[in-house]
Amino acid sequence: MSAEDVELSFSVNGEPRRVAVPALARLLDVLRDELGLKGTKEGCGEGECGACTVLVDGEALNSCLVPVCQVEGCEVTTIEATGFERVQAAFLEEGGAQCGICTPGMIVTTRAWLEGCARRGEAPTLEAARRALAGNLCRCTGYGKILASALAAWGRRP
Amino acid sequence: MAQAIGGALLRPEGQGKVTGRARFVADLVPEGAWLGGCVRSPVAHGRLTGFDFDPDFDLERVVLVGPEDVPGANAVAMIELDQPLLAASEVRHVGEPLLLVAAPDRATLAAALCAIRPRIEALPATFDMQASGEVFKEILIEKGDARAVLAGAERVFEGTYRTDTQEQMYIEPQGFVAFPPAPDGSVRVDGSLQCPFYVQKALAHALGIAPERARVVQAATGGGFGGKEDYPSVLACHAALLARAAGRPVSFVFERHEDLAVTPKRHPSRVRHRTAASATGELLAMEVDVLLDGGAYTTLSPVVLSRACIHAAGAYRCANVRIHGRVVRTNHVPYGAFRGFGAPQTCFAVERQMDRIARGLGIHPVELRRRNMLRVGDRTATGQRLAESVGSEEVLARALAKTRFDEHDWCGPRPRTSSDRKRRGVGFSFFFHGAGFTGSGEELLKGEIAVELLASGQVLVRSASAEFGQGTLTMFRAVAADALGCEPEDVLFADTDTAEVPDSGPTVASRTSMIVGGCLVKACRELLARIEARVGRRASFGADARRFFAAGGDPLATATYASPPGLAWDEARYRGDAYPAYGFAADVAEVEVDLDTFEVRVARFLSAVDVGRALQPQMVAGQVEGGSLQAIGFAHLEVVTAHEGRFLEDRMSTCIIPSSLDAPPFEVELVEVPFSGGPFGAKGVGELPMDGGAPAVLSAIEDATGLHMEHLPATPERLMDAWLCAHPEEEL
Repeated sequence: MSAEDVELSFSVNGEPRRVAVPALARLLDVLRDELGLKGTKEGCGEGECGACTVLVDGEALNSCLVPVCQVEGCEVTTIEATGFERVQAAFLEEGGAQCGICTPGMIVTTRAWLEGCARRGEAPTLEAARRALAGNLCRCTGYGKILASALAAWGRRP
Repeated sequence: MAQAIGGALLRPEGQGKVTGRARFVADLVPEGAWLGGCVRSPVAHGRLTGFDFDPDFDLERVVLVGPEDVPGANAVAMIELDQPLLAASEVRHVGEPLLLVAAPDRATLAAALCAIRPRIEALPATFDMQASGEVFKEILIEKGDARAVLAGAERVFEGTYRTDTQEQMYIEPQGFVAFPPAPDGSVRVDGSLQCPFYVQKALAHALGIAPERARVVQAATGGGFGGKEDYPSVLACHAALLARAAGRPVSFVFERHEDLAVTPKRHPSRVRHRTAASATGELLAMEVDVLLDGGAYTTLSPVVLSRACIHAAGAYRCANVRIHGRVVRTNHVPYGAFRGFGAPQTCFAVERQMDRIARGLGIHPVELRRRNMLRVGDRTATGQRLAESVGSEEVLARALAKTRFDEHDWCGPRPRTSSDRKRRGVGFSFFFHGAGFTGSGEELLKGEIAVELLASGQVLVRSASAEFGQGTLTMFRAVAADALGCEPEDVLFADTDTAEVPDSGPTVASRTSMIVGGCLVKACRELLARIEARVGRRASFGADARRFFAAGGDPLATATYASPPGLAWDEARYRGDAYPAYGFAADVAEVEVDLDTFEVRVARFLSAVDVGRALQPQMVAGQVEGGSLQAIGFAHLEVVTAHEGRFLEDRMSTCIIPSSLDAPPFEVELVEVPFSGGPFGAKGVGELPMDGGAPAVLSAIEDATGLHMEHLPATPERLMDAWLCAHPEEEL
């Protein structure tokens, strides 16, 4: 622990974690380097591509833009958590994953969106999926199969 | 057993991708690894005289590598050896590597890079390709006598078409992890790459070691699109030099800004067309002049020019063709490979020229294409007679059946009212793309693949063809399963590791399905023949294979590519069979143009593509949709500009690519006109969809607005300028 480090407590994938890191360290780096959770990817480092998307208290955020001190006491959910299985299966079957670098972020965002739909009692539509995933860039697919995956994941809910 | 080909296998590597467990290069952190960085030139041309070191920074904290520390040759081994790994005196582009730095952590690396300032005497720089006097490569293709026919022709159409730089924008930036040399001098690098044996060759050259002592392992690779064809040879050498000097592993993974600032992008182009056509639309003569900006070093520019020229006359029959191409040196960051490899630039030009001719003659654009398109028995610009697998009629029929574009009054009168500020338009393109290396390339390369039978009765495919999203492994699994008659799950894969796989050639040029897939079929048949000869064919493949293995049969079958018989290529005269086969396609785009903001929205996009045989239709459709969206981005929204040799769009927030909101709903019509020389009839897939989207979108913009745009991308700014020129009464 160096002089500028602070001790922070928050929950990651259901487990309480304590870290000693600079207060302004990026959540992305803390997850990857301190906690060894490499499933969260960095594509741009400026909140443009969405590859680093994680859930903070259920809300999808770009972890490259979140100073870790802001998640003190929060519940952080990454692609390594349980609860993504239906979305993951849909991406696999519908061809929503090609190179795979944007995929964890896409899947995290999709889950947050579908949970929001369920909460609001809305049936997801293709156009709503387009808007929901607009912050996650993919260069491989042209998005059609990603959007199909997101909608197929809704169809898989129990 | 169900056929795997034509079905929908799940990606063998897919589970790792959807769970986040796939390990990309940034996820590999060897024990004790330091981080790599590079001091780069801030100017486009100059003479390096030394470095200033900030005395407040203790250089003992880092490891430096300069040109004098390169044990082999200080050159990137690619086509030529003109690009230094580290510039020693003359600096030829912004971002050129000058000095490598390794540091124990990010903060120290950043401090070191700030503390080292190159001293460079600036020299005059060339940024205008038309003013460059240095030619990297020149190509002339001649058939008949185009100039004589043009001189005597009644109707000659002329146009000049330009395309700007385009960035590949794979979502994973480039990177390598290198390990220090073993006592015998052998090294290992793991990285994000398309062509493991290109990297091996470059490492051997830079380190002065035999190629087999340079081990190259592909990490999970987050997109390539050609961008990880040539540059990994540079970055791998940089990482390996640092690991050697530091005596510890070094991770050299770019942040996005550095990737955008220094890695090669699509060559800017200027293509001039002069075409003679009869009153009924028959193409009588075509003269095409192709000019590409190669940037500061040769890289892959000669072969990009080659593909650009061979595709410059489009997918059309014409007795008199003259294509002259040059790629020249400037002081831009070197340009390199990007999906399509020169063909998207020349396809854009020829398709816009066809629209110009159609309008000039008052013939429907579809009719003009129909009258001239290549069919079986026709000859291409290089004189290649197309003997089979020409899906031109079929793709056109499928595209028209779904869109009725032939009944659309293209560029007909459009009523305008002041309240109606949005205009719809529809456009069309017709195109082809050669699969595999050009000319004798495949014959010289002799790509190899191996299939190894395991004691379990499963087979292990050993191939250097990299999976970076296209579906390489899925396609191989389907091909091997059907060739052997085994369950797809029993086809396993060796890592893409030069110590484990033979040199199948690079993963480029739409060659993996047709060429390497063809080799895979050969290797499988060889293995099957051995099994039959030794133990007969009695039960399932697995049971027979286990008996064969137990009986001591030779379990390793390899196959090497051999060209289909009868192909001939004259490299000196650029004549003959340029490619074993061509994919054909037709695109129809529908756009909405906002006449206040000049934003373009692509509302519908249909692509009918003949890939010979769709080995995995879902993957092929994924390639077509993804490639088409890159082409749509190329058409109207991806802007990369350079000022004094520095890319201005050097971060993701300024270097825009399409998001889900920019993507139209795609309709993909897979047309299968099989090629007898490809595995189960397959031709190439990957690049074809990059070629036609841009001209189709521009054709649709013309239909909507009457503006014949000749310069990509057709940004709102360019459209507004063109509109105001055409409508001076609207000038504010």
